[in-house]
Amino acid sequence: MSGSSKNLGAFRIQGAGRLTPARTARFTFDGKSYTAMEGDSVASALLAHGVHLLGRSFKYHRPRGVLSAGPEEPNALLDVSRDASRRQPNVRATVQEVFDGAKIASQNRWPSLAFDIGSFNDLLSPFFAAGFYYKTFMWPRAAWHKLYEPFIRRAAGLGEAPKEEDADHYAGRYVHCDVLIAGAGIAGLTAALSAASTGASVVLVDEQPEVGGALHADAATTIDGQNGYDWAQATAAKLKAMPNVAVLNRTTVFGYYNHGFLGLVERVTDHVARPGKDLPRERLWQVRAKKVVLATGSIERHMVFANNDRPGIMLASAARTFLNHHGVAVGRRIGVYTAHDSAYEAAFDLKRAGVTIVAIVDSREKPGEAVLAEARSLGIDVLTGHAVTNTGGRRRINSMTVARNGNFDVRKMPVDALIVSAGWTPSVHLFSQSRGKLRFDEQNQRFLPDIYAQNCVSVGACNGTDDLADLIDEAIRAGSGSVAVSGENRFEWTGGMIGAAESAGPEHAVKAFVDFQHDVTAKDIRLAVREGMHSIEHIKRFTTNGMASDQGKLSNMHGLAIAAEMLGRPIPQVGLTTFRAPYTPVTYGTLVAHSRGDLFDPARKTPMHDLETAEGAEFEDVGNWKRAWYYPQRGEDMFAAVNRECKTVRDVAGVFNGSTLGKIEVVGPDAAKFLNLLYTNAWDTLKPGKARYGIMTREDGFVYDDGVVGRLAEDRFHVTTTTGGAPRVLHHMEDYLQTEFPDLRVWLTSTTEQWAVIAVQGPKAREIIQPFVEGVDISNEAFPHMSVAECQVMGVPSRLFRVSFTGELGYEINVPADYGPAVWKAIWERAKSMGACLYGTESMHVLRAEKGYIIVGQDTDGTVTPNDAGLDWAVSKKKMDFVGIRGLKRPDLVRDGRKQLVGLITKSPNIVLEEGGQIVADPNQPKPMKMLGHVTSAYWSENCGRSIALALVAGGRSRIGETLYVPLKDKTIAVEVTDMVFFDKEGGRIHG
Amino acid sequence: MLLIHCPYCEEDRSELEFRWAGEAHIARPENIAAISDEEFAEFFFLRNNEKGLTYERWRHIHGCGRFFNAARDTVSDRFLMTYKAGMPKQPIPVMEKAVAIAEEKTVETWEATEGDAR
Repeated sequence: MSGSSKNLGAFRIQGAGRLTPARTARFTFDGKSYTAMEGDSVASALLAHGVHLLGRSFKYHRPRGVLSAGPEEPNALLDVSRDASRRQPNVRATVQEVFDGAKIASQNRWPSLAFDIGSFNDLLSPFFAAGFYYKTFMWPRAAWHKLYEPFIRRAAGLGEAPKEEDADHYAGRYVHCDVLIAGAGIAGLTAALSAASTGASVVLVDEQPEVGGALHADAATTIDGQNGYDWAQATAAKLKAMPNVAVLNRTTVFGYYNHGFLGLVERVTDHVARPGKDLPRERLWQVRAKKVVLATGSIERHMVFANNDRPGIMLASAARTFLNHHGVAVGRRIGVYTAHDSAYEAAFDLKRAGVTIVAIVDSREKPGEAVLAEARSLGIDVLTGHAVTNTGGRRRINSMTVARNGNFDVRKMPVDALIVSAGWTPSVHLFSQSRGKLRFDEQNQRFLPDIYAQNCVSVGACNGTDDLADLIDEAIRAGSGSVAVSGENRFEWTGGMIGAAESAGPEHAVKAFVDFQHDVTAKDIRLAVREGMHSIEHIKRFTTNGMASDQGKLSNMHGLAIAAEMLGRPIPQVGLTTFRAPYTPVTYGTLVAHSRGDLFDPARKTPMHDLETAEGAEFEDVGNWKRAWYYPQRGEDMFAAVNRECKTVRDVAGVFNGSTLGKIEVVGPDAAKFLNLLYTNAWDTLKPGKARYGIMTREDGFVYDDGVVGRLAEDRFHVTTTTGGAPRVLHHMEDYLQTEFPDLRVWLTSTTEQWAVIAVQGPKAREIIQPFVEGVDISNEAFPHMSVAECQVMGVPSRLFRVSFTGELGYEINVPADYGPAVWKAIWERAKSMGACLYGTESMHVLRAEKGYIIVGQDTDGTVTPNDAGLDWAVSKKKMDFVGIRGLKRPDLVRDGRKQLVGLITKSPNIVLEEGGQIVADPNQPKPMKMLGHVTSAYWSENCGRSIALALVAGGRSRIGETLYVPLKDKTIAVEVTDMVFFDKEGGRIHG
Repeated sequence: MLLIHCPYCEEDRSELEFRWAGEAHIARPENIAAISDEEFAEFFFLRNNEKGLTYERWRHIHGCGRFFNAARDTVSDRFLMTYKAGMPKQPIPVMEKAVAIAEEKTVETWEATEGDAR
């Protein structure tokens, strides 16, 4: 099918633009089908069909159209989708390229774009003045939850977030380079040529589909004797062919951080009709650049006047881009309202393309001579010293009202579009993000880079360099190379203004929009000043000026000028709000990249994980570890499974996976000396082949970690830590070893993942492991409780501990992780045949609580001393020093009445206490009651036939035998204070 | 993201590889068991938390694992120098200091933008 047979839109100008008519794409907008050319933005494609009404504004629901042709667009925000799971709200129509099959919808309107109920807000606008949220919804209090908040929530927010999971994937890359150049207009391309000529590695980044920057709008400038836009494409091709240069199109530098670190987002597939499945939708580039060249250009400002927001009113540079790049005229009878020469060039181009220019209304008395002469020669009516005081038209502008400045005689002129320019704002966003300081250029009413904080240089329009020859010189210097580039443009521009235009001053109660996306008018900013906001930061927050997704790219300077005028203070004194990253919105998907789903927070699995799964284990998360929680058999719930497991361990035996236990190998001639300093216990008295329970305190004397430490040789200890504590304990040990005791000859190695640990606990434990163990006599006499030996288990070199966290005869077999499954399988097979069970962490908790063994972090909370926990026996009284020795003597740590760990039994044995339950002496005292402490562990103990609990209670050990109470919402539970051991108080079983 | 110079690796590495470890040059008293409550409080609880030049400890935890000392300007967030653990507090070279002060002026502080100073 040939291009000409398709309807590409009534506003396409034959022969204008740079797109190829033969390559078309079809898309729908609000259900209606349109044909566009490849390379069209959604905005240019719709404008080609005469569609100007694209959305409704946020607060007043006023009809809005396309204002710009670039990333600064505040109005034309659309919902763009391929399918239900690939849908994105708030896409700027001026940035999104059309692709075949795109489904595009307007936002913020109901029931339809043309008739929107919310637009009644416009009539109610006196009630929606700036700051109305802070005032209107204050009273009555009760109405907030029921009425105001639901109403505001329904009305708030632009667009509709997708409900389905994002089907796309995202990727990331890291790059180091000598020079990063942001922006590939004339300045950026020239700087890239210059830098590349030195052999430096160069990354040139531009947010548009093609390089060229302002040359998209421009058709008159020539570089090196050729059309500027063509030169730009040829230069990019030349740069791309160089091995030391990377050119990234459709890529935005959104953040400039410390030490030359920049964040870039590359839009990889958003413009492609049928993207390959292997391609990420977007790619996050994290770049570390030795030098940064900012060539970010400038952004044209709109004029602030009454009803300046109707569809059909747009920036002059945008109209020029749509004409010269996309071949689209934005109207047939166009008015121009300007305070700057640049709009004249747009008018000239449109006039030459056959569009009627109704008049150029210039607020200045003296525009540039050259543009004025050209306008005359083209027969364009220029009204200098005039203002557009109002506009008409409901869903699109149909008239402009013009008056001489200060005069009340008005003329109404029919137009179907109005192009405006108040001048250009240098894009100093990235410079500011790099912590550079700006200065105010009084003459040209703009902020420019002044003091640099990083190795960075601004060139071209973003540096206020207006002259083309100067700009090229500056860019060549920035690249530190030598290249020859010469350029020629037709007109030198003059003019520009910031603030409200004629007829939108303080005396006029008109809607002259400053910030389109947030519906902030000049009036709102004046109101903020009258209400006492004197800092631009406060004015910004009160009015929300510049706080929409466009971050005030058009509105900040106007807002500042209006505020400064009201305050009667010069602009630099009122200040400029801080520019923060990101420059334009970045999707969460890009920032997250692969870190989602299974890769969000990787799970740690023990070597025996699959075997546990096969046995039907339910798992619980402990840190990143997946630990077998309990092993339900057919028809069992958790309660029944845990009761069976606990009973079986004490009656026969149980097999438990202890692999997650933190393990640190402490080796060296001074190993015992080092452990003496890090633990409260004495280690030099521990003989090789023996193990001991150790407590680690911090300098402040509070329990930090605990675990069994086995001495394998004079100079070698196998230290175990809590599962969650392993990394911080190693960090703590390294800290002391490196910085406080650097003379000790000790080496620390994390061995947590090197060993698989199989615990066998219960009366039959020895019988179960006996046939597998070689190289050590494990009889009770030869290998008593708290022994350790290196031996073979099933021929595998192992470390065998006789230890118990259940109070039963028990062993912990450490085998190299790879052998874990095989050894586990064999041991479990034999254990099963003897009537033993597998047990998980829940039963482990119950069994240890029956014996009063604490869990650091559950029964302690960082304010518990060894004495509080009943572990004073583990604190050496003989040592001259250990970490915590002084802290333990602090007055508060030795006073009477501290909270101490005790046991609690409920008066009714069937009631299980709630962990965290508060404990009081008198449940009938008035509230707030005096809390004595809280329940730290509480379980049903099948072995005891009753509930048991551990608790921290003020003066706990002196209260043994007392009755205390745990008041809950609906009942009060009476408890008796006991010691911490509920089962086998004599402790004989452990030595069995 | 900052670059931090590890004095052991002798390389500038991304701050992601490092972990802050508190104020530097606070020596654990040799006779710690014998010091007074006041001395213990001074040693363990009290920190200067200075605005501007600060000496602090960092660990190259995802690199060589070593603890080292750094002089950092907390206003500009600039590392003025790093040096090995155990070395005495290092004076800041005059040039580094000048750069830091110039940089401080480019940093917006609450006092400058919104505080009473305005």
